[in-house]
Amino acid sequence: MDRVPVLKLGDVLIVSIQVDLQDQGVLALQEDLADAVVATGARGVIIDITAVEIVDSFIGRMLATIASISRMLDAETVVVGMRPAVAITLVELGLSLGGVRTALNLEKGVALLNSSEDTQIAAAAR
Amino acid sequence: MGVTLTVQPDAGRRRIEELLRQNEDRVLKRWLEITAAVSAGQADRDDTAARLPEIYQALRQSFTGEENLSDLHGLLAELSRSRARQGFSPAETANAVFGLKEALYEVVEDDGTPEALRGFIWFSKIIDDLGLFTFETYAAAREKIIIDQAEQLLELSTPVVKLWEGIVAVPLIGTLDSARTQVVMEKLLQALVETGSEHAVIDITGVPAVDTQVAQHLLKTVMAARLMGAECVISGIRPQIAHTIVTLGIEFGDIVTKASLADALAHALRRSGVEVAGSRRTRVALRTEEA
Amino acid sequence: MTSSGELAIGGSSDIVLVRQRVRAAALEVGLSLVDQTKIVTAASELARNALVYAGGGRVRIEIVRNGVRMGLRLAFGDDGPGIPDIEQALVDGWTTGTGLGLGLGGSRRLVDEFDLRSAPGEGTLITVTKWTR
Repeated sequence: MDRVPVLKLGDVLIVSIQVDLQDQGVLALQEDLADAVVATGARGVIIDITAVEIVDSFIGRMLATIASISRMLDAETVVVGMRPAVAITLVELGLSLGGVRTALNLEKGVALLNSSEDTQIAAAAR
Repeated sequence: MGVTLTVQPDAGRRRIEELLRQNEDRVLKRWLEITAAVSAGQADRDDTAARLPEIYQALRQSFTGEENLSDLHGLLAELSRSRARQGFSPAETANAVFGLKEALYEVVEDDGTPEALRGFIWFSKIIDDLGLFTFETYAAAREKIIIDQAEQLLELSTPVVKLWEGIVAVPLIGTLDSARTQVVMEKLLQALVETGSEHAVIDITGVPAVDTQVAQHLLKTVMAARLMGAECVISGIRPQIAHTIVTLGIEFGDIVTKASLADALAHALRRSGVEVAGSRRTRVALRTEEA
Repeated sequence: MTSSGELAIGGSSDIVLVRQRVRAAALEVGLSLVDQTKIVTAASELARNALVYAGGGRVRIEIVRNGVRMGLRLAFGDDGPGIPDIEQALVDGWTTGTGLGLGLGGSRRLVDEFDLRSAPGEGTLITVTKWTR
């Protein structure tokens, strides 16, 4: 089973989903991220879905769950890079991803987290 | 007459094939005369005349096997297109094809055998189908032109323009139907990604009216843009449209609406951190100059 | 045609397979990118439904034609317990499982034609079609 790697940059965790995930892969990512937030004390999580061609209700729910869990662990989640076709489909499907913050791309996602207080990406990001 | 139609269908068919072979020159000449009678000018006559012998051969070939029908269809489609370009109506083209029946009937009459008569009925049906085929080809070609034009019209009428770094706008003009709104919205969302813009203005100053579906599409676009990480402002809502939206009970919720495109731009600029010096506020500067 | 055919839905890895096959067929039909995404998403929802509520099933992928328009038709069949109240099953948020309850109603909004046949104890057959614009 494909496992999505969780990268750490400053106090932000970054995951980039590059493959068409199986349901188990989605659940595994959810767990890995929660563990990583606690282990690293991260203040922000960025999930990059630029390469994701479809988001169905299962994956949509995973994104919302990750955001809720992270918030409970004092980290803010930003989903970045959602494709227009995916966004239109999600709206039609009736999924609003309430509580999940979004940004157009990774760069803007990082900027969004930086603008929130407490979260700062270390100099390494520059 | 002692004609009994107890003739085997195959025998009739064979007889017709024979007659078509034996009297090729005569039938073809007669067919040309008949089509020429309904053709307008010399050039059109020549063009059609050049195609008929080929079609005649392909028709005879098609009797030998099922797979040979595509040649015949190809030639007929060409005939249909070429005559359509010359301004013939599809009925005139179909009539030209039907003319072959008349041409052959004279031969069948001379032959006078029951096989030939029986076969002529079979032959008639085939020619009817071929005539209708040219009609269908014509209709399909027309339909394609209409679809292409509709697409071009969509492309024409939906520009997405960049107003400022990070701000794009789509000025909608004319009546919006569901299909057009959908195309505009897809283009707008695509533009957000391509330009990395976090703000979009949908200006509907030029839209006379919206129905429920169009209003829903506008709403869905704003929601989709949000999912992507961008904010939309809708500007230029006419009083009638505002009335419609409220009457229809469509919830615009927390979507930002502005009276004019200028106001929407000012709003988007402020949101993206650009300071707008208020030129509208008249500032009176009193300067006391020290003498 | 090449993309047509039938696929079994026996495990969650098959959902990914269904998505890939439907995407290929949607490309062949010539659906726009947005429409491709919609039908693939609907297929993903319906395949998961068959798996979750009936323990598995099958999908038939078929390319159809209506005049000059081409279409993609998917028929999801299962031999599960069936749906007793179809009206209710289509209401957003209604679920007997653990999902969000958006699968059926949501899928219906993503396609042009939606046909659901089911009776308790007789399985479920859901046929959806998406036409080129």
